[in-house]
Amino acid sequence: MRMQIEGSQAVARTVAACRPQVICAYPISPQTHIVETLSMLVKSGELPGCEYLNVESEYSAMSACIGASAMGARTYTATASQGLLHMVEPVYNASGLGLPIVMTVANRAIGAPINIWNDHSDAMSQRDSGWIQLYAETNQEASDLHIQAFRIAEALSVPVMVCMDGFILTHAVEEVDVPEVDEVQAFLPRFVPKQVLDPDDPVSIGAMVGPEAFMEVRYLAHAKHMRALELIPQVAAEFEQAFGRDSGGLVRPYRCEDAETIIVALGSVLGTIKDVVDARREQGDRFGVLGIQSFRPFPLDEVREALQGAQRVVVLEKTLAVGIGGVVSSNVRTALERTPLHCKTVIAGLGGRPITKESLDGMLTEAHADRLEDLTFLDLDHELVGREVERMRSGEQTGPSAENMLRELGAVRATPH
Amino acid sequence: MFEVRIHGRGGQGVVTAAELLSVAAFREGRHAQAFPSFGSERTGAPVVAYCRIADQEIRVREPVMTPDALVIQDATLLHQVDVFAGLRDHGYVLINANRSLAELHIDEILDQVHPDRAMTIPASDIAREHVGRPMPNAVLLGGLAALSGIIHLDSVAAAIRERFSGELGESNVAAAAAAYALVRATMDEEEPAHAHAD
Repeated sequence: MRMQIEGSQAVARTVAACRPQVICAYPISPQTHIVETLSMLVKSGELPGCEYLNVESEYSAMSACIGASAMGARTYTATASQGLLHMVEPVYNASGLGLPIVMTVANRAIGAPINIWNDHSDAMSQRDSGWIQLYAETNQEASDLHIQAFRIAEALSVPVMVCMDGFILTHAVEEVDVPEVDEVQAFLPRFVPKQVLDPDDPVSIGAMVGPEAFMEVRYLAHAKHMRALELIPQVAAEFEQAFGRDSGGLVRPYRCEDAETIIVALGSVLGTIKDVVDARREQGDRFGVLGIQSFRPFPLDEVREALQGAQRVVVLEKTLAVGIGGVVSSNVRTALERTPLHCKTVIAGLGGRPITKESLDGMLTEAHADRLEDLTFLDLDHELVGREVERMRSGEQTGPSAENMLRELGAVRATPH
Repeated sequence: MFEVRIHGRGGQGVVTAAELLSVAAFREGRHAQAFPSFGSERTGAPVVAYCRIADQEIRVREPVMTPDALVIQDATLLHQVDVFAGLRDHGYVLINANRSLAELHIDEILDQVHPDRAMTIPASDIAREHVGRPMPNAVLLGGLAALSGIIHLDSVAAAIRERFSGELGESNVAAAAAAYALVRATMDEEEPAHAHAD
């Protein structure tokens, strides 16, 4: 049903329509509204046949999900930021064991310094964990991706993360066509686990594997992701047939056909970029946008195909790989290996800094004129950070940098007078 | 696209106001997007929420930088936060205060605003009278409907009822209607031929 609804509520209702049998979760902003709503839907009976486990940490949440999924239950959880980091060990176990758990990651920065706002550092830290990672552009897509995620996860026996921008999407109230239970049930077959713990027919899952077969197990994990490259667009196409909406898939090109410069990005910032690109198109500048919906598996061929006609590629990403620059751009560069295209990295929106149309427009101008550096930090306060660099170079005991800079901004009173 | 920025303090229902406005617009068949400024909200701390209303799909996700309308739920913010930042020419300003604009000492701002597009209403008082507590958010939406014409009062009322059932909803609807009537009466006094924005 079409409704004006908070992103978190839309996701929770959609997950409920997928009829998970076990939900284990621990609340953390900005994911809390999702699991809060699901717990209420379980309690009220609107989500029947589901056990909601309130656990004491994210480590326990993922551990309980592993147990439930291994018992053959359709299993869901949600987390963000430090919560995702806290569950990293069982996150790898879930994928290593091939358990089709679906997890929402309400993307948020990672501390220190503590920061509750949006960027992609949390999910990106798990890009090599063996989970499939899908990124939502809108709340409609965030909602729809969960249905597709269960389908993909259960078909391949691989866990799937649905990544949605914390606050920007989770807390935005906008129009979402929240799918009805019967529509979702018609699309999502009953979960038949590929492996199951059954006391009447005992097996071991997760036994030690030595050098004789470990490499082969890892190879199979990669092979499943390569199969996912075929399955993800198929599921998106079937979803479109069933629900009449284009959601998910591997990549989404926008005005790329004749574009000289293409901006590559993930998640909700795509909407703002499209608005800026439309405005520049009206002035005759040929810009395009490539949205990456599936970051793991990474669709090398589709990315290359979408970009190869361009003269310039700029990857705008909400993660900083300290010591090298971009994460997404490194992957895009791999896609461009056999092309003459060079890819620039723009780091933007870290820790919730708004990515404005004005700043994007300025960046496009620089890119178009070939003035963009290989690595740019959008809207970095060069003066503020420059003064701190000076202090650090002085060789004296300068105190904590974060607090020094906040004090300069007048945001905290660090001294009592 | 019509963009509204609502300033207030934690506990005044600022985020709810933006959401209600978006629901009201949705009920009129328009596209709307409401979101908070994502701070660590605490009771009494300055809070900002945004609402965009448009006839096309809204894709932009930046905060509202150049509002068409400002709703100030707490007049003590006027000298603490740069609430007027980016206000568009001909933008609307609605302030919760039981004093006149002239008594708020914001002359340098008012010089830039159309006189018939800025107004104070005693929203907390109106809420206290109808709802029994000084919660100004729904009241100000009634006022904004009258001042800007961006939304119908009926839609605001429906959005309030959808969110708050029973007596709480009805009393807030009555408070919003009272604010609507007050703003219309003030506008008629000042300029009978006032043209509503579409």
